[in-house]
Amino acid sequence: MNLIILAICLLATIGSLGALILFVASKKFEVYEDPRIGDILAILPSANCGACGYPSCSGFAQACVAAGSLAALSCPVGGQDTMLEVAGVLGATVLSANPMVAVVRCAGDCLNRPRTNIYDGIANCRAASLLYGGDSDCSYGCLGLGDCVKVCSFGALSINPKTLLAEIDESKCTSCGVCVASCPKSLIEMRRKGPQSRRIYVSCMNKDRGVLARKACSVACISCSKCQKACPFEAITIEDNLAYIDDDKCRLCNKCVEVCPTSSIKAFNFPIKKVKLVKIEEI
Amino acid sequence: MLKTFRIGGIHPPENKLSANAEIENFPVPRQVIIPLAQHIGAPANLLVKKGDLVQVGTLLAESAGFISANIHSSVSGRVAKIDQAMGASGYRKMSVFIDVEGDEWDAAIDKSDIFIDTCDFTAKEIISKIAAAGIVGMGGAAFPTLVKLNPPLGMSAEILIVNGVECEPYLTSDHALMMSKGKEILVGTQLLMRSLGALKGAIGIENNKKDAIKLMKELALAYTDIEIVPLKVRYPQGGEKQLVEAITNRQIASGSLPISVGAVVQNIGTVFAVYEAVQKNKPLIERVITVTGKHLAKPCNLRVRIGTSIADLIEYAGGLPEDTGKVIFGGPMMGKALVTMAVPVVKACSGILILPSLESKREFASDCIRCAKCVDVCPMGLVPNYLMTVSDFADWGKAEKFDIVDCIECGSCTYICPANRPLLDYIRIGKVKVGSIIRARKN
Repeated sequence: MNLIILAICLLATIGSLGALILFVASKKFEVYEDPRIGDILAILPSANCGACGYPSCSGFAQACVAAGSLAALSCPVGGQDTMLEVAGVLGATVLSANPMVAVVRCAGDCLNRPRTNIYDGIANCRAASLLYGGDSDCSYGCLGLGDCVKVCSFGALSINPKTLLAEIDESKCTSCGVCVASCPKSLIEMRRKGPQSRRIYVSCMNKDRGVLARKACSVACISCSKCQKACPFEAITIEDNLAYIDDDKCRLCNKCVEVCPTSSIKAFNFPIKKVKLVKIEEI
Repeated sequence: MLKTFRIGGIHPPENKLSANAEIENFPVPRQVIIPLAQHIGAPANLLVKKGDLVQVGTLLAESAGFISANIHSSVSGRVAKIDQAMGASGYRKMSVFIDVEGDEWDAAIDKSDIFIDTCDFTAKEIISKIAAAGIVGMGGAAFPTLVKLNPPLGMSAEILIVNGVECEPYLTSDHALMMSKGKEILVGTQLLMRSLGALKGAIGIENNKKDAIKLMKELALAYTDIEIVPLKVRYPQGGEKQLVEAITNRQIASGSLPISVGAVVQNIGTVFAVYEAVQKNKPLIERVITVTGKHLAKPCNLRVRIGTSIADLIEYAGGLPEDTGKVIFGGPMMGKALVTMAVPVVKACSGILILPSLESKREFASDCIRCAKCVDVCPMGLVPNYLMTVSDFADWGKAEKFDIVDCIECGSCTYICPANRPLLDYIRIGKVKVGSIIRARKN
């Protein structure tokens, strides 16, 4: 009997001693984690794409809580809505950001950019661009081997089998910007999505002189500077034989699109203009 | 036992079709296109403008820094335009177009064929003459020779190694040059040794050029400090690190230059250009080129003015065969397929190879069977199949750890692969990427 009592007492002593150590340790070495980090993590898209500049969504959540204001932080994938929710958790205000979208600045399909040679190496844009300028006379254009398609985690990019150019599905594009770095020809640019997804940009990166550019591709920018003169808002600059439209200044007036002789300036999602019908007798 | 390098290497069919062809002088073309960037480093600064009259040897553009080189006119005539022209790199580069009128040489150049043995110049004078002549490595890399002749502080050259290996199949321009200009090459070797302060000279020649070895050995009897070293036929023996190892039995550490083991390597063509620059005052305006191919009517070795269109050379050699698949700039192992034949000859162009369509096709690549043949043949002791995988999956950290930047792009792995895997294509992506990461880290 004594033996049983002894065992119970011993175990109880060891147990309470252990509990005491654990209690002291938990108080002494306590790490406080802001509960808001978990709340924000639940809001974020959990894509862990790294587009925000932080290694993962949890890294971004910690940065949001640690930062005083959300001015310099934004989740490109979640966009404005997500950032508003994050701001709600933190009780901070968020600046209204412009939604962005990736655009491919090359329109040289098989018809207007004739292919002059056959590439039989590996299907990798970077490998091809290390070897030579490309399978047409234009050494700035889309190689169509799909490096950007491979890196896009959202399936927004594809190579159009008809034109052999990279295309972006803007409904899927989260503007994370991973594709921009993947293109060895630097053809992909992040631009403002624009009101009603309307946007205008120069769909060419050819920096050769106009004559050479025109010979290689019928929709190349030949730096004729007509668009620059037509633009009422001074949004267009010409550098290295190439026109560029500044997003911040462009008011989508469409004047440059009308004057471009090679139609290298593209306007997207504008309503088709109604053509006024003229009776034959009137001419 | 003939000397050779320690690990790796292959022996592709030699196909030296033009081995016995003597060097012919290619007629001066009607127009030349001279690119301003014919060397590794900064493009030269342009000195002429449209409409200027130039002579053979007129300086067109001057060296733009330490790693750069002068560019001279190879013809006499009028500058037609200065414009972008397609080069062998597959990209357009700034070039000078000259319409040829007559053949007027600069008065300072001795264009006679008289052999000049004696030379009283000091090392400094020789180096400044080489710099003025715009000489670059003529084996293919086009590294400015001046840089190699100025060793970094604390290092000095004991031995000058002349590369007469010509391990690339098909090419014979160095062989032909040795057969016709052996005496001049030995004088050039002496000049380079004097400029470096090197006491020993060695000319490495692969054993498939027995006539050249015999001739050079006879001629070298007059020089006690120059040794002719016959080497076992093995690709890529012409690589600097491989050649230094074969001749001196010294290994060069990863990321180091041959000068770190007291050696400087120069190509046969470069040595001959040095002779002409110092003894004849002649800048680098022409070079010997092999124009070859199995179905070409007349494979030949031509002495060509820099800037001549490759199309003219092929026309001279009998025209483009009907079944042509690829026109290669350089040799079959390391050369580049051209996209157009309107490409000019540049200082580093050692040959033009025309491959029939049957031989130029890529075979279907199947899965890696882990036979490790690529590991066996890699002359740098790398693991090509692993480097290809990490390159494909963009794991640059692992690629760097496994020394991807040491790859010399010899193509032995791709040649030997029984599964026809494009190993080098992927390794090259990784090499460029990791190289840029390392450079960014240093800055």
